[in-house]
Formats: sequence, structure tokens, C-alpha cells
Amino acid sequence: MYNFDFVRPKTIADAAAALGHEGAQALGGGQTLLPTMKQRLASPETLVSLTGIPEMQGVCKADDGAICIGGATPHAVVAAEVAAHYPALAGLASHIGDPAVRNRGTIGGSLANNDPSACYPSAVLGSGATVVTNTRQIAADDYFQGMFTTALHEGEIITEVRFPVPEKASYQKFEQPASRFALVGVFVAKYADGVRVAVTGASEEGVFRWTEAEEALSANFSADAINGLTVPADGMIGDLHGSKEYRAHLVGVMTKRAVAAAA
Amino acid sequence: MAQVSMTVNGKAASGDVEGRTLLVQFLRENLHLTGTHVGCDTSQCGACVVHVNGKAVKACTMLAAEAEGAEVRTIEGMANADGSLNTVQQAFQDHHGLQCGFCTPGMVMSASALLAENPNPTETEIRAYLEGNICRCTGYHNIVKAIMAAAGQDVSKIAAE
Repeated sequence: MYNFDFVRPKTIADAAAALGHEGAQALGGGQTLLPTMKQRLASPETLVSLTGIPEMQGVCKADDGAICIGGATPHAVVAAEVAAHYPALAGLASHIGDPAVRNRGTIGGSLANNDPSACYPSAVLGSGATVVTNTRQIAADDYFQGMFTTALHEGEIITEVRFPVPEKASYQKFEQPASRFALVGVFVAKYADGVRVAVTGASEEGVFRWTEAEEALSANFSADAINGLTVPADGMIGDLHGSKEYRAHLVGVMTKRAVAAAA
Repeated sequence: MAQVSMTVNGKAASGDVEGRTLLVQFLRENLHLTGTHVGCDTSQCGACVVHVNGKAVKACTMLAAEAEGAEVRTIEGMANADGSLNTVQQAFQDHHGLQCGFCTPGMVMSASALLAENPNPTETEIRAYLEGNICRCTGYHNIVKAIMAAAGQDVSKIAAE
């Protein structure tokens, strides 16, 4: 990889200032960015590590019951500390990558990257979570804007993610076994005001809500409720791991599994 | 170049590194601790697993500068104080948990991290924990068996090595 300057600020304000410089790039756990830099697909002049900022670490519960996760919290910490409050979210975190990756990779890093096959975007969109940055709060429905594209401005930092806790939820991932990314992953969450269904891994536009399934499941929360519903293959990802048609089919299969497993 | 300081296997270690210097490069090239291997360099294979502040990480996908002030443990720091193999290492030897040995440092570090979190893992839990460690010789069977034995489980009923 090309060389760069490395800084590790201790406060969000210092990190934001460092990211204000030309050629600066935020570094979370580095589990995607460092491999990308090794391939010389990215060559920032300065890496600003966000892992030395105590106020961006850890899990807490807000007064309204929402689970708040610091932007620099590793997946392994979410898996362990969220399990009692929001098991579906903890379960998702506990199956990202492998144990060593989960000890480094962060929720904010995953969301800022918005890989179309990453797990976390489906939980954030499926929970109607709020992405909190150093300057504003962004609703999940506004945050994801296509493959590797988000509402974040240049240098904006995800400081926290707030998840309202559903009555029931489940994430079901059909794993691509070499990468352990989702070939297709579906996050289903049932709230008092309706059901949300978010699909990752499938669409060329990145994570999306399957609104027909949401309507059917809001009326009748059972796997049978989505019998006959299909997602068009057009616009799905087709690659050597699975065709567009295969992924479109998996969306239905994984949604049913998620509804059946929701707890 | 910038100065980086950390504790490696209980001893203070420091050196001048570039921003891009990986932790595994610092360990191997600055400290000459070549037990930590580089297999794939793409965070797939796990040959470079070390412990940073007690957690298993892939040293090929962490910058040396990110380990500033950290407690790092490598395979060189795993043996008992008298130099004899520790429980996990001895179990790998006893149960033929290695052939060529290239993946073994990473396997031992991952196994030790697992046993620290979960002292009595099931076979399924062991196989799941080793998802990020690739071995091209053994077929994993004897590695799993060694880790079960290191946890104090009776492995005599498991198929012969």
C-alpha cells in the first residue's frame, strides 16, 4: 500500500478537525479499508483512526429504551453486550466475518462503507435505526443511497447508532462461505406500528426494504403471509456465486426463515 | 517515520515505523519475532493471528501504529516460563494437530483466545471459532481434537489420529 500519515485523535472534535484536511480518510477497524489500500484501490494521504475515542465506544440503553451503540464499537462487543437487549442484532454481529475480524471491525466503519453484501446495513434499515453523526441525526431510510453510497458528507463521522428495540426480530443470512458476507441476508423486525423487512446482498442498489412483504407481514406475521410474493430478478446482483434469479428467489426464502425464527 | 511503543510478550518494545507498517511487519521485521506468519496478507487465512489486549486479531490487517500502547502477545510468548510447551501447544503435539506447521501459530493463538472466552467449548463452537484460520494439511480434525483435549475433555472416543 502507498504510505500515509497516521493520526489517532482522542476526541470527536479533534477527529473532525483532522478529517477536514485534503486527502484525509477515517479509519474504523480497518477490516475493509486496509485490504482496499493494499490493493491500491484507495490511497489517502492521512488516516484518522477513530478507535482511540472513548465517547465512540460501547453500548448503552437510552431513556426511550433504544439501544445506542458507539460508532467505533467492534462487532464482538455488540455481540456480547447487546445479546440481552436485542438478540437479533447481537446474533447478526456475532456472525460477521470471523472472530479476529469481529474484534477489529466496527459498526460505524461497516455503515460508512455500505458494502452491498454487508450485514449491518440490513439491521439498521430493518430497525428504522438512527445514524448519529458529529453534526446531525440521519434516519435509516435516508442514510442508504446505493452501493457504497450513503448520506454522509465528506469527513462526517458516525458517532453512534440508535436502534429502537422491536417486539420480535431475526436476521437470516445465506452465507457466501469463502467471504462470509451475505449472498442474501434478510432482517425482519416487528414493531407495534408495523413490520420492517430489509434485504442485503441481493440488489445492485445495496440494502433495500421489501415493502410488499412488510405490508403482508404487518397484516399477518407468519411465514405463510408472503406466499406468492416475489422480488423481480431485474436489478439483483448476478455473479459467479449466484445469478440474479437465484438471489431473487433467496430473498423470499430468507424472509420466510427470518419470520419463522423471529423472537 | 513515527515512533511506536507497545508491550510484546511482557516486554517493552518500540521502533520507528511508517504509517503503512503493519503490525505483523513490525513484529517480524523490527522485533524479529518470525513465529507470526503471513499467509495470505488478505485477512483470510489467520496465520498472522496474535492477541492485542487479550483479543485475537489478524496482524496483517492492523497497523503497527494502531497497537500503540497495547499489550501484544505472539506465539513466542505462549510457552510456559520454563520453556516447556503450554497446555494448548502440548495438545497440538499430542494429537497431531499440525503437519507442515505454517498455520499452527495462528491456530494456537485462536485456540487460546477461544479457551479464554469459553473454557469448555463444544466441537461445533471450536469449528465456528476457527472459521478465520485456514489449514491446508490436516483437514482440521486433529486441530479440533487438540483444542478439546486442551480444554480437558476426553477425546479418546474420537476417531484415531
